[in-house]
Amino acid sequence: MARVAMRSLNKKYDEVHAVIDVNLNIHDQEFVVLVGPSGCGKTTTLRMVAGLESITSGQVSIDEKVVNELPPMDRDIAMVFQNYALYPHMSVYDNMAFGLKMRKFDKPEIDKRVKVAADILGIQELLKRKPRQLSGGQRQRVALGRAIVRHPQVFLFDEPLSNLDAKLRVQMRVELKKLHERLGTTAIYVTHDQVEAMTLGDRVVVMRDGRVQQVGDPMELYNQPANRFVAGFIGSPAMNFAQVRIAAENGSLWAESEGLRIKVPAPITPRLGRYAGMEATLGVRPEDLRIAGAGDAKDLGFDVAIEVIERLGSEILLDVAVGSATMVASVEPTVTARVHERLRLAINPDRVHFFDNKTEAAI
Amino acid sequence: MIEGAPWRRWVFFYVPVTAFVVSLLFPFYWMVITTIRPDSELYRPWSAPNYAPFWTTHPTLEHVHDLLSETLFSTWMWNTMLISLAATAISLFCGLLAGYALSRLKFPFAGSIGTAIFITYLVPQTLLFIPLADIIRNFRLGDSPWALILTYPTFLIPFCTWLLMGYFKSIPKELEECARIDGAPRWKAMVYIIFPVAIPGILSAGIFAFTLSWNEFIYALVFLSSPEQKTVPVGVTSELVRGDVFFWGELMAGALLGSIPVAFVYSFFVEYYVSGITGSVKG
Ligand SMILES: Nc1ncnc2c1ncn2[C@@H]1O[C@H](COP(=O)(O)OP(=O)(O)OP(=O)(O)O)[C@@H](O)[C@H]1O
Ligand SMILES: [Mg+2]
Repeated sequence: MARVAMRSLNKKYDEVHAVIDVNLNIHDQEFVVLVGPSGCGKTTTLRMVAGLESITSGQVSIDEKVVNELPPMDRDIAMVFQNYALYPHMSVYDNMAFGLKMRKFDKPEIDKRVKVAADILGIQELLKRKPRQLSGGQRQRVALGRAIVRHPQVFLFDEPLSNLDAKLRVQMRVELKKLHERLGTTAIYVTHDQVEAMTLGDRVVVMRDGRVQQVGDPMELYNQPANRFVAGFIGSPAMNFAQVRIAAENGSLWAESEGLRIKVPAPITPRLGRYAGMEATLGVRPEDLRIAGAGDAKDLGFDVAIEVIERLGSEILLDVAVGSATMVASVEPTVTARVHERLRLAINPDRVHFFDNKTEAAI
Repeated sequence: MIEGAPWRRWVFFYVPVTAFVVSLLFPFYWMVITTIRPDSELYRPWSAPNYAPFWTTHPTLEHVHDLLSETLFSTWMWNTMLISLAATAISLFCGLLAGYALSRLKFPFAGSIGTAIFITYLVPQTLLFIPLADIIRNFRLGDSPWALILTYPTFLIPFCTWLLMGYFKSIPKELEECARIDGAPRWKAMVYIIFPVAIPGILSAGIFAFTLSWNEFIYALVFLSSPEQKTVPVGVTSELVRGDVFFWGELMAGALLGSIPVAFVYSFFVEYYVSGITGSVKG
């Protein structure tokens, strides 16, 4: 069990500055997920923690001990790679035992630990097989087993589920979560899938272009995104954005654009005051839009035309035109609507976001 | 396979393949037939009646017998075997380490060193033997197996290095990284993980190196002079061609027996060999 800390961590390759000033404190037993689009530096960060990549500047410490110069074998970590990296010439048993053999554990202890890990992962029958005789999901388990037999201080995962089919991925996600609850080992998990990040992480770190955008627990990221990027990245379907002008009228603020005029909810008004007369970005999640009823305030609704209807069973997604922009609204599955129909949508006033156009930061 | 009418299969597959196989195998057939043909038939002029160059009705082992009893052929075989094995072992060892270093370690000028090694392989032996002969003489290694054991690696090491470098590059680097996280220092990761995974590549390099040394001619011709030191290719051609007399029967018997070890090695490892040249590692 251990804490991991990164201090102004930087990685420069010849042409790219892959990781820029990353600061992160990971608590003991915490499951932290690094998430971001492809090429944002997640893997590079993880590899610096593992010791597989040299650190350009900054510090990585595990349990208060700076490990910058420590070779990977002395960091007491275990890593699961995207392609599993099982040793193809060794049986499953030997794959799992290799790390213990290298660390000079005696035979009975090795045997015991491999058996326990195999029990946890349900791969007792596979111990004699070679990796090429396993299915993708089984390989995944063996790779996990190889990590847990060593009882390391920290687990590092680099997109371990991305080679599995959708159904298996969901299943393994649950198992990973259970495994973490059972073992309590500190874990850093890299993925580009925001659903995986939200479901697995105690805390989620959103990265873009080498920089950390926001760190927080999943609901915090969802409810209070720090900037437009996080707002658009977290949540599915993605948040709707619209360019609006902020207009002051009779002591309250209005967000206006073609086909849209909404009164800015009172709690946000003070913060938005200095944008009066300027442009800003309005953000609202599809699930925070609903079909306006009689009880909805007039100044929180707007008229739209339905362009596409996606029936997902548990909900219906309406792709609608607002002026010349488009938005997605997620509505009850009981709603009956037809394409090209016009209707009125209402916004949930507590859940409207505004972003600065230049800095993209949340207002 | 070729789709469509049967005649297409014949025209595009069976006929070309047969032509190819026949023209490839014909020299071997000629070698065999000459070996077992009695002298009386061998030196019969082509205009003689019942001249039959493609078969014989009186097969004999007399040439093989002569070769083994009246020449130093078995000594040559032994020399060739010893020299080839030693040169191959040295080259494989160096090639493994160099190939690994060039493919995996980051050090200044790694790329240019790799290219430089390749260029040494391109220098023709027919030029290189002149300075090498000088070196051999200075070290007083002439006319001993060491002259060849130490000079063959000059072309075998670059060869092995390049072949193995390519092979190592095809092995996912995560395998090794995982081993190093698992607690293996680099050399252990190399010995326990990378080398076993690279066995097809190592075997191909070994077989190739062995064949090249077995068939090598120029260095063996230049650096060795006494008959009992010679290798098969040089021994056969220099001792069985006296003046302008060619002892065709014995020559061909020597060539035939001399190619048996190589053929044996190939057929034994052919599966590994093919996957070493063409394949890579799947996780
Ligand atoms: N060995 C390298 N040499 C040069 N540039 C590299 C190297 N490895 C990564 N990069 C660059 O660093 C940046 C970050 O790469 P990284 O692999 O960390 O991305 P990632 O967030 O893991 O993306 P993905 O989700 O696609 O795996 C990329 O722009 C990449 O091109
Ligand atoms: Mg990555």
